[in-house]
Amino acid sequence: MKTGSLTAARLVAMRDLRLAFRKPSQLLQPLVFFLIVATLFPLTLTPELSRLRDAAPGVLWVGALLSSLLALEFLFRDDAVDGTLEQFALSGQSLTWMLFAKTCTHWLLTGLPLALAAPVAAVGLGVPGESMFGVVASLALGSFALSLLGAIGAGLTLGARRGGVLLSLLTLPLAVPILIFGARATELAINGADIAAPMYLLGAIAVLGLTLAPLAAAAAVRIGLE
Amino acid sequence: MAAWTWFHRLGSPPHVFAFARRWTPWFGGFAAVAMLIALYGGLVLAPADYQQKDAFRMVYVHAPTAWLSLMIYSTMAVAAAVGLIWRMKVAHAAAAACAPIGAWFTVAALGTGMLWGKPMWGAYWVWDPRLTAELVLLFLYIGYMGLRAGIEDPAKADKASAVLAVVGIVNVPIIKFSVDWWNSLHQTATVMRMGKPTMDGDMLWPLLLMFVAFASYFIAILLIRLRAELLRRERNASWIREVLS
Repeated sequence: MKTGSLTAARLVAMRDLRLAFRKPSQLLQPLVFFLIVATLFPLTLTPELSRLRDAAPGVLWVGALLSSLLALEFLFRDDAVDGTLEQFALSGQSLTWMLFAKTCTHWLLTGLPLALAAPVAAVGLGVPGESMFGVVASLALGSFALSLLGAIGAGLTLGARRGGVLLSLLTLPLAVPILIFGARATELAINGADIAAPMYLLGAIAVLGLTLAPLAAAAAVRIGLE
Repeated sequence: MAAWTWFHRLGSPPHVFAFARRWTPWFGGFAAVAMLIALYGGLVLAPADYQQKDAFRMVYVHAPTAWLSLMIYSTMAVAAAVGLIWRMKVAHAAAAACAPIGAWFTVAALGTGMLWGKPMWGAYWVWDPRLTAELVLLFLYIGYMGLRAGIEDPAKADKASAVLAVVGIVNVPIIKFSVDWWNSLHQTATVMRMGKPTMDGDMLWPLLLMFVAFASYFIAILLIRLRAELLRRERNASWIREVLS
């Protein structure tokens, strides 16, 4: 009996979660990287909290973007090297669904923890406690959109030498809208204003990514596997 | 029916090679003549702007290169999509040929924009939405060329970069919108807003002619690069020997 696409997706997600928890250091590295980047800014800009607060949205978002790029490298690479992706492609199941499951799991393991850890960095940047919900919400939604977008880049660079640098080169310009809306939402949250408008736009980008990115990522991975 | 055979012929490298060789001088020649006329019209005949004086004449290089930088990206994405969908090798070659030209047009638009910005805004660079969007466009071109260069297998490089070009073209309007939105919030009270003077006819026709000239120049360069690209890709094919002997 042929297994349904959703079942296959669920199995892929379970597998990725299990594998990830067996190698916890790989999960922690992007997170620690993010916190270190956030620490560098007070050292280079100014230790004054009032001035750091103005820079906080930029620091948080650029840090999140760089750390998610770092994590994206592992999205498909290990599975491409050991042939798992090839088996996925040959399995007769929808590659789009399986890669979508991988991407969502990847976000659960990197993007979401990053958003949840952001308050630690934010406190150090002088962000008031009552703004934390907005900071976490915007980073969670934005990193989800980033994961979807990054999956395309990760798929495209499978066949490339020095994939890591290339991945950043491809993904960063395309991530500009996410960065703009996300940083704006964080800025509004820090100033205690309503973050609905940029959050809706961020959500719209995430929905667009949800509908199109898995298809493009599957096409990219297929090309990389040929 | 005729259109369909024409489309089929576009898939044949020898035919396209011959076509490119035949038409390059025509497009190049037209570009040269039109550019000279437009330059004369723009630099001599057109009156000086009442606000910007002679500095406005930068528009005759700046605006056409800026328009073309985006048009070339669209051309590249369409060629890439055609290559992906109909598996046409020539289309991939055309997309590959477009990228460096488009990147240079973007550099030219940014460079002339900076030179124009210095006397008008007092700074070479301001974070104006249009400048920023153009800069992101340059990064998109660089990413596209980087991906192409990073993959050794040419067939794989063609397809992967084609997917990137298509993803990029979906993103271009979103980037444009987000950058506009971003700046409308950060708008500072400076002279960044150029008053849009309703353009006088004497000023306008050289601009339009210059645009046509630059577009024709683009096509000429594209045809040359396409020929080089085809020669490189088909170097083992027998038709190359026949054509070049």
